[in-house]
Amino acid sequence: MSAAEIRSSKAEELRVVHQRLPRHDQQEKIAGSTRYAGDLAFTNMLHARLVRAPVPSAKITRRDAAAAAAVPGVACILFGEDVPHNLIWVDVPGQTVEVAALKASMEVLATDRVRFHGEPVALVVADSEEALTEACDLVDIEYEELPGVFDPAAALAPDAPAVHAPGNLLGEWNIDRGAVDEAFAAADVVVQGTYRTQPVDHAYLEPEVGVGWLDDEGVLTLRVATQVVEHYRDVARILGIPDSRVRVIAPYVGGGFGGKEDMTVEPYLALAVWRTRRPVRMQWSRQESLLARPKRHAMLLRYRTAARADGTILGQEVDITADSGAYAYLSALVLLYSSVHACGPYRVDNVRLRARCAYTNNPPTSAFRGFGGMQVVFGYESQMDLLARRLGIPAADIRKRNALARGDVLPVGQPIETEVLLAQTIDAVCDRAGDKPRPSGPRRAVGRGIASNIQSYGRLVWLNDSAAAWVGWQLDGSLTVRCGVPDIGGGQASSLAQIASEVLGTPMDKITVHFGDSSLTPLAGTTTATRQLLMSGNAVYEACVLLRDGVLGAVAEAAGQPLGGLRLDPGAVTAEGFEMDLREALVICRRRNVPIEALGTFFGPKGKPVVRDLRADRVFPDFTFGTHLCDVEVDLDTGKVRVLRYVAAHDVGRAINPRSVEGQISGAVVQGLGMALLEEVSLDNGVNLTGGLFQYLIPASTDVPDIETVVLESGEGMGPFGARGIGEPPIGPPSAAVASAIHDAIGHRPTVLPITPERVLACVDASEQPG
Amino acid sequence: MSETVTVTLVVNGRPVTRAAGAHLTLLRWLRDEAGVTDPKYGCGEGICGACTVLVDGEPVSACIVLAAQVDGAEVTTAAGLLDRDGSLGPLQRAFHEHHAAQCGFCTPGMLMAAAALLSGGRPASREEIRAALHGNLCRCTGYGPIVDAVEAAQVEATQVEAAQVEAAQQGQRR
Repeated sequence: MSAAEIRSSKAEELRVVHQRLPRHDQQEKIAGSTRYAGDLAFTNMLHARLVRAPVPSAKITRRDAAAAAAVPGVACILFGEDVPHNLIWVDVPGQTVEVAALKASMEVLATDRVRFHGEPVALVVADSEEALTEACDLVDIEYEELPGVFDPAAALAPDAPAVHAPGNLLGEWNIDRGAVDEAFAAADVVVQGTYRTQPVDHAYLEPEVGVGWLDDEGVLTLRVATQVVEHYRDVARILGIPDSRVRVIAPYVGGGFGGKEDMTVEPYLALAVWRTRRPVRMQWSRQESLLARPKRHAMLLRYRTAARADGTILGQEVDITADSGAYAYLSALVLLYSSVHACGPYRVDNVRLRARCAYTNNPPTSAFRGFGGMQVVFGYESQMDLLARRLGIPAADIRKRNALARGDVLPVGQPIETEVLLAQTIDAVCDRAGDKPRPSGPRRAVGRGIASNIQSYGRLVWLNDSAAAWVGWQLDGSLTVRCGVPDIGGGQASSLAQIASEVLGTPMDKITVHFGDSSLTPLAGTTTATRQLLMSGNAVYEACVLLRDGVLGAVAEAAGQPLGGLRLDPGAVTAEGFEMDLREALVICRRRNVPIEALGTFFGPKGKPVVRDLRADRVFPDFTFGTHLCDVEVDLDTGKVRVLRYVAAHDVGRAINPRSVEGQISGAVVQGLGMALLEEVSLDNGVNLTGGLFQYLIPASTDVPDIETVVLESGEGMGPFGARGIGEPPIGPPSAAVASAIHDAIGHRPTVLPITPERVLACVDASEQPG
Repeated sequence: MSETVTVTLVVNGRPVTRAAGAHLTLLRWLRDEAGVTDPKYGCGEGICGACTVLVDGEPVSACIVLAAQVDGAEVTTAAGLLDRDGSLGPLQRAFHEHHAAQCGFCTPGMLMAAAALLSGGRPASREEIRAALHGNLCRCTGYGPIVDAVEAAQVEATQVEAAQVEAAQQGQRR
């Protein structure tokens, strides 16, 4: 089956899908019995820890492990030379470093050069945490500091210190569509703005962790907190062993958000197990996680927007500079997402875009919920509000006037193939919110902002994405689903049970989902890119359809019933005036050599790789649209911003489980509010000053209001039952909605994130000063 | 390496004695020595609340208390909120019904902060619930469903929870 076959069902025809069911994983999580990656222990288990660079840019002049190795309990200490293949590769087809295809690498353990504060240099393995602490302190590494560069714009200057030999320009994308200069010349109004977003940490509650061991067949087995079990291949490459000798298991993950998309503990755990032949646990501390894991890209966004007096956008110029940090990771692709989404959910026929990302000696940056498609919301939605204010058009109206519709073409060249309910999401949030509240006292100002967005779901179409799932009946009529999907907390596995239950009639409590095992479950790809409902959801759907058709066909023949009238109900095959126990039907299948198990494989839509100058009729499978509204109160004396009310509406196509959908939306909104108002990884010339969650403030329960969600269902998505992806899209609008609300309250617009009280006060001062 | 001390704690009604390093935090003692893994490591500095347990009925960040400091105490974790037959207790059922867990990593700690609030006996407003939970971070839910769950639980179960926590402290549950 292919993505072209969009399966949509009417909500009223659904019996399990679309119901507000408790997720099947909640029971154990709430009982406290779910065993996360760090909860597994072996009796003879060792522990591993990394020694990391204390400086952002240096030559390594000496490494000596003798003193550390003498600490009682130390099993081994590894440097880069001890790693069979000491490189992790990033390969981005179609992307460029200057003019060459991007094939970047980083060392597993740095041997002669460190490029960011926290880069791993040595791996220590010992029989206790205490021995690790002592030994790590004694690993003797000398550094000769080198000049670094800490700002992406500075890194692109000709005389900047080179972070990597080929130069600091890691990636570049351009769009040149229509006649931009003519559009600006013909415009009634041009608005421009410069916006800055900050480095942000995922701050999942579960820091990076895993346990590894050799199983009874000698297979290297890693049970780790990850979004990608397919990293078993990367591990095999590093060790120089066949892929089939490495198994990665993803138990329930304590939050991912993109931060567990790249490898974390895997290569180090693998090396420690391989060397010692004993079980090993590696638990990164929160401080380590904040120090050295890739962050969200800080971006400098420059926008110029040309419009007619009636608000119709005529053209847009966009310039993006992103900080990639010290290594490539997924930066080039993140920037591609920024480029494709840069003009938002609007029809813009004339576009000139230039996007570049540069190496610096800051912490690396990579995947984070929204993946480059979210930073640009702060840019394009700020522009929409500036335009609306300049022209005296309500914020809702100017968005509706320019809203994309089916058949419109994105600046990159991809047409929108499905129904767009953007205007409906705008109406939904405005209707829900009613009148703007009044200030609670003097020197308080209240404002309202709205922000809309577009965000892709599903992977880039040239990645040949696929997902497989196996579904099989047990002889007692219960059902087993096997699917390689990692469940990172969004209800990924539970949704699969709901889909299977819908198609096969098997009650949810008789379905067991085995997930996230690279050896024992069919590979379903990464839990990233808002792709799992689309991909593994469709794979399970397909397997279930094969199974259903097989059973019904066998029963039709055996019982002489017309095939068209048969259906699967809980525990039975039924038709009008006919009922057969499912167990009997399964026996019939076995007598007739009809399989009672099936493998479903779903292939994503295909397309050609892009090149630097972007022009493609398809980059992503499809998109999700939404609008948020927020009311804030600003304390004009302290600059403190309180979010009074927040309403978020998205068209999710079809809500497989409305509770999971609402949970994704409200959780993403609060994570987005953290970026808007609180969070920033603090760097001083590459030195990461963010030492813990006491400094890195994520929203607490008292920082946010109840998030009100409005779920619209066009039935137009490419997922099962017409579902669209919703994991990432709702994190886009909050920063822009908050900025617009503050602008509305105090008459001056914040343009730098996070919008701290100091920055708000600067806006208050600017608006209170005459002229 | 620090000296070894023998610590006895009554964990969810069951006395547990372990000889371990005097420097061990309550969290490490529970997880690594006693095999009680429902309190989670999230930050190690008493900020995130994932390790929250009740020590003699009071919520404590187990990552910043030494096990030796609380020798002899009654410790209640999320597993201690289960009914006698192992099914979810009233507060846990409310979490279940209100979809209050997503990744679930903050949940055991969140439950204990909520249990402590409910043991106070006085009905709390939504604002007060939010205030009581502010030391327990969640990165998935946006908090609303958790507040819903606690609000619902206190309507029905304020008295039940208080009795349960008390019973657990007295070591009579199992």
